[in-house]
Amino acid sequence: MTTTTAPTTATARRLPGPLALGLERARYEVRVFFRERDAVVFIFAYPVIMMGIFAAVFGQDGATVPAGDVEIPFAQYFLPGMIATGVMLSSFQALAIAISVERDEGGLKRLRGTPLPASAFFVGKIGQVLGTGLAQTAILLVFAATAFDVPMPSDVSTWATFAWVYLLGTAAGAVCGVAFSSVPRSGRSASAVVTPIVLILQFISGVFFAWDSLPSWMQQVASVFPLRWLVEGMQAVFLPPQVTGDAELVTTALVLGAWLVGGLVVGARSFRWRRRDDG
Amino acid sequence: MTTRHGTAPAIEVAGLRKRYGQKQAVDGLDLQVAAGEIVAILGPNGAGKTTTVEILEGYRHRDDGHVRVLGEDPQTAGRAWRARIGVVLQGTNDLAEASVGELVRHFSRFYPDPRDPDEVIDAVGLREKVRVRARQLSGGQRRRLDVALGIVGRPDLVFLDEPTTGFDPQARRSFWDLVESLRTDGTTILLTTHYLEEAERLADRVVVVADGRVVAEGTPDDLGGRGARQAVVRWVEDGAVREVRTDTPTRTVAELAARFDEVPELQVLRPTLEDVYLGLLQGATAPAGEPTDAKQEALR
Repeated sequence: MTTTTAPTTATARRLPGPLALGLERARYEVRVFFRERDAVVFIFAYPVIMMGIFAAVFGQDGATVPAGDVEIPFAQYFLPGMIATGVMLSSFQALAIAISVERDEGGLKRLRGTPLPASAFFVGKIGQVLGTGLAQTAILLVFAATAFDVPMPSDVSTWATFAWVYLLGTAAGAVCGVAFSSVPRSGRSASAVVTPIVLILQFISGVFFAWDSLPSWMQQVASVFPLRWLVEGMQAVFLPPQVTGDAELVTTALVLGAWLVGGLVVGARSFRWRRRDDG
Repeated sequence: MTTRHGTAPAIEVAGLRKRYGQKQAVDGLDLQVAAGEIVAILGPNGAGKTTTVEILEGYRHRDDGHVRVLGEDPQTAGRAWRARIGVVLQGTNDLAEASVGELVRHFSRFYPDPRDPDEVIDAVGLREKVRVRARQLSGGQRRRLDVALGIVGRPDLVFLDEPTTGFDPQARRSFWDLVESLRTDGTTILLTTHYLEEAERLADRVVVVADGRVVAEGTPDDLGGRGARQAVVRWVEDGAVREVRTDTPTRTVAELAARFDEVPELQVLRPTLEDVYLGLLQGATAPAGEPTDAKQEALR
């Protein structure tokens, strides 16, 4: 190793821009994500597997779900819930666990010792969440359309609804995941703390059951959390228009927006680069 | 010793204090490190070494005192300053699924004027491991990767916090060669360690820290002062152990040889750095460098 550049020119050279670094981080994060076998199975493949099992078991012999005044095939009825679950897993669950583990292992502290700006770190995380999440949703849609003949929306405005619900849900899930990453006491306990939360939300938010069959107290509890409204928003895209009205879509926007803002405030205040026991 | 920044010191610390609850971790510590110098901070566990280093790295805020690292206050220094330091932390366990080559290249992109990643991989001796994931590296190889990531940004100042803890002797020796190669580049290095041999081998200057304060400093050869380095000649005469502290043990032995046919139980003891260090830690009252476990010099 030789030092060929004088320090004056070294410091005069421009630091790499945060956006370029964010993209570099995103590339790195996506590559590493797909090497963590359990994360890929539990976060990436889970909605597809569950979709297959539920549609195959409950949808036998053309069984349908009554929703409002229409009868909907099981696979079609479950698809919005599985998409919503996928969004929660790839944003909230993936980030809450990954950041918790990285903090515990010293990875965040290492990055803090480099000139990598915090903004680039988060751009990288967002890129990873969007990249893996969109790929997962695409696989789920293709699977539902080909294996279970679930009809896909054909007009632009419905896909526009899909886009904003998807992005708002992902953003809310991601910031809440960052905020929640400080809760597990160690990286080892992270997935044991985070996974049940998402699982319970799935049960009470009508992902596995028809929403109308849930007791009303459970519906009220679920209505506080974003997953129920993410399901509602996706139902507006993939179920007949009678099932979800515009009023529900407005509430979806408001609740997801509130969790986004709340998650940002809490996450920005609670985020730490170092472990709790590290002074 | 090359100085890359003229005469300005790389690190200036005066009266540094840091308290955690009831424990005064750092209690009025002073430290100067010149550009291009390799300084080792020695001290027992809990002496405040890591706290001090992490304040200098900008991870922790001090309670009191003056701190300048590369001319800036680490508490407020920005990205340009971070690009000029390299941090090798104590025992991290991250980065498991990325390969050596990917990591060194990835980290090099954070810096305005990085070293060539391939040169760095060669320098730390991980050429054959370039495609191996961090998870599969041995402890020594992992530490070399940590150093690679710490130096790939071409830093002026590198912090090495207990870099060889848990190494086998061979891995430790080859790690020292790596640090030596940084010295020839003119990089300033602040090293914490509790291996005296490591400090002796690598450091231009050793700073001994106990209870959050500097208790002694000097080159590895004259730490503790001349008295602490005097040889002790020991023998048995009239059934009792006799000993003489002297700068000229050969003359003493020659005198003894004249008096005895064969000097009974003759020993010449040299205090090692370890003896001096332990003496320093025992406090100023006990004479430093009592050769409790010293190396024996063979006599001809």
